[in-house]
Amino acid sequence: MKGNGVTGNANPLRRVGALFDGARDWWERAKTWQRFVVYIGALVFALILPAPWIGTFMSPGADWTTVLIYPIGTYMLLAIGLNVVVGQAGLLDLGFVAFFAIGGYTLAYFATEHGWSYWPTVVFGIFLAAVSGVILGAPTLRLRGDYLAIVTLGFGEIIRITANNTDEIGGARGIPNIPHPTDMPAIGLDFGVLPAPYYYLMVAAIVVVIVFSVRLQKSRVGRAWAAIREDEDAAELMGVPTFKFKLLAFAIGAMIGGLAGGIYAGKAVFIEPGTFPFILSATILAAVVLGGAGNLPGVMLGAFVIAWLPERFREVEWLKEALGKDPAEYRILLFGGVLVLMMALRPEGLLPSRRRKAELHEGTGGMGAMGAEVAGPDTDVSTEAAK
Amino acid sequence: MLDDFLNQFLPSTVGGLVFGSIYALIALGYTMVYGVLRLINFAHSEIFMIGTFTSLVVITAIAPASPLTGFALFGVMLLIIVASAAISGGAAMLLEVVAYRPLRRKGATRLTALISAIGASLFLQELFALVIIPWLTGNAGRNQQSAPRIVDRDTVFTIGNAAVRTDHIIVVVAAVIMMIALDRLVNKTKIGRGIRATAQDPEAAVLMGVSIDNIVRVTFLLGGAMAGVAGALYLMEFENTVFNVGFVLGIKAFTAAVLGGIGNLRGALLGGIVLGLIENWGAIFLGSEWKDVIAFTVLVIVLMFRPTGILGESLQKARA
Repeated sequence: MKGNGVTGNANPLRRVGALFDGARDWWERAKTWQRFVVYIGALVFALILPAPWIGTFMSPGADWTTVLIYPIGTYMLLAIGLNVVVGQAGLLDLGFVAFFAIGGYTLAYFATEHGWSYWPTVVFGIFLAAVSGVILGAPTLRLRGDYLAIVTLGFGEIIRITANNTDEIGGARGIPNIPHPTDMPAIGLDFGVLPAPYYYLMVAAIVVVIVFSVRLQKSRVGRAWAAIREDEDAAELMGVPTFKFKLLAFAIGAMIGGLAGGIYAGKAVFIEPGTFPFILSATILAAVVLGGAGNLPGVMLGAFVIAWLPERFREVEWLKEALGKDPAEYRILLFGGVLVLMMALRPEGLLPSRRRKAELHEGTGGMGAMGAEVAGPDTDVSTEAAK
Repeated sequence: MLDDFLNQFLPSTVGGLVFGSIYALIALGYTMVYGVLRLINFAHSEIFMIGTFTSLVVITAIAPASPLTGFALFGVMLLIIVASAAISGGAAMLLEVVAYRPLRRKGATRLTALISAIGASLFLQELFALVIIPWLTGNAGRNQQSAPRIVDRDTVFTIGNAAVRTDHIIVVVAAVIMMIALDRLVNKTKIGRGIRATAQDPEAAVLMGVSIDNIVRVTFLLGGAMAGVAGALYLMEFENTVFNVGFVLGIKAFTAAVLGGIGNLRGALLGGIVLGLIENWGAIFLGSEWKDVIAFTVLVIVLMFRPTGILGESLQKARA
């Protein structure tokens, strides 16, 4: 018997899921040239995406290119970073926004107070984010997974409150006048008021991070992460230095978060502690989980949906009238509901990797089962045996 | 600096005990659910929030013209405590049925359950901010809602330069009574034995005829009721609440539970009091805007050096 009824179910969420599963299976059988066609197609698609005729449907109210940079592109970058930690290594990080903040604040502080130029400062921000990931991870990664989640949540709050209370970095007022990225006349990118160059920068960053992340996943490191996620004790016994690899996952996730922070701050010009609330960590987590933790296309789809839907619903007049307020106000309510529903119906997400899905249906997936579960009519025997 | 500390030591201690009692009451819910299900019930902070709003509604409905004394005060306090405990306990049971039971049936992983808990927490907060608070109070849902004063801030006695007021005494005494009652319930009654058995070994408990579903329901009911009491005391003491009041308090209460040893009821009391005191004493040196940072740092340090907490994880010692 298969896991918990993936096939033959009238549940709409599962039917959508089955469609995505089909796409994934095709992808896994696809030949190299077919894959390259898809890669190039995706890149071309990304480059023509800001076109106005797409924008009139996707974002009738706000400037589409700006929406593509924030929230969509930024969420995607953050989700890819969080995916390294949550999806690949199986560690639950609830304070991911801290690394985003560190990247942003590093750029803001050193560029405005000390006159550093853009790119070296962003790189320094990525470095600082990685260091703080290691500092946070070193004492806490030996903890049980759910403790780790709470500690990271606390860390995210510590960073935000510290930024709020430290006058040196602007305190609650934040830091204004953050410089734009250095112009790149060689490829015709001139970072001024127009959003388009920032969009291309964002696409470039996402592509680099995707390539980096995929290469990692297919390397020895990625296999070690998968082993840790599935059964940490077994991995340790097989000679995987689990602690080192978990620390590495934390640091790499943090670096991607720091990069996102640098790019965001360079576009936004102004940041304040309120830019980095816990709810952003939760939103990015929702994106990763909704799309399918561990699978990059899924994670990006999740980030897109979670970033774009509230922006789009903001423009739906009849919805606005029916609710009596801005429909985007309801987004967190919706995300919360989606998280609960997804966990009950399809915990592997809309577009999961095959391996991750199998793990979740075996009831492993990194953290062991909840206590006090009882065999019910729909519990199947193989899952019981796997505990 | 040292002068400051000595001057403010006793008043801070009183404040720390008051905060600590509230942390401890909330921590009981985390500890019981964790003991039985090994789940961090992230939405527990929202159960507390629901308790504060229940009290707010009851107090506003009574609308005393002036702060109460004597028998009337006792009656009103009892009323808001019972009402909040009932509503919060019910909400916690509902939460269990909606967000956790389906996962439990499927033998889901703890990561899955924790994400579901976070989702439930966000959902409840926003439900209150967008729908329930405007409906209950007629104000904008994201604003702080204030309640009329029901207890005068009379000084009952002083210890050194610290004034101990009526409201302080009510909070601490009520919290201690509730905790003793819960401790008796878990250690002396049949249902309490079921809870302890389930925490120790759910499979063996089932074989011994314990109904796990019932035990889990009762656990959520008791934990939720304690959070409701904490909500009533919080509203009486601070006279305001907001839709996300539970967020920081919840993390701190969880810290208290871990500090005392999660799964351990007496540990929750000790952890709550210790955390409240550390936080208030630390605030003398660093300023009260650093209180939350102090509490979270305590959490990290405890987990680093003694993840089983001060008293150890007694409810589940027998489990791997």
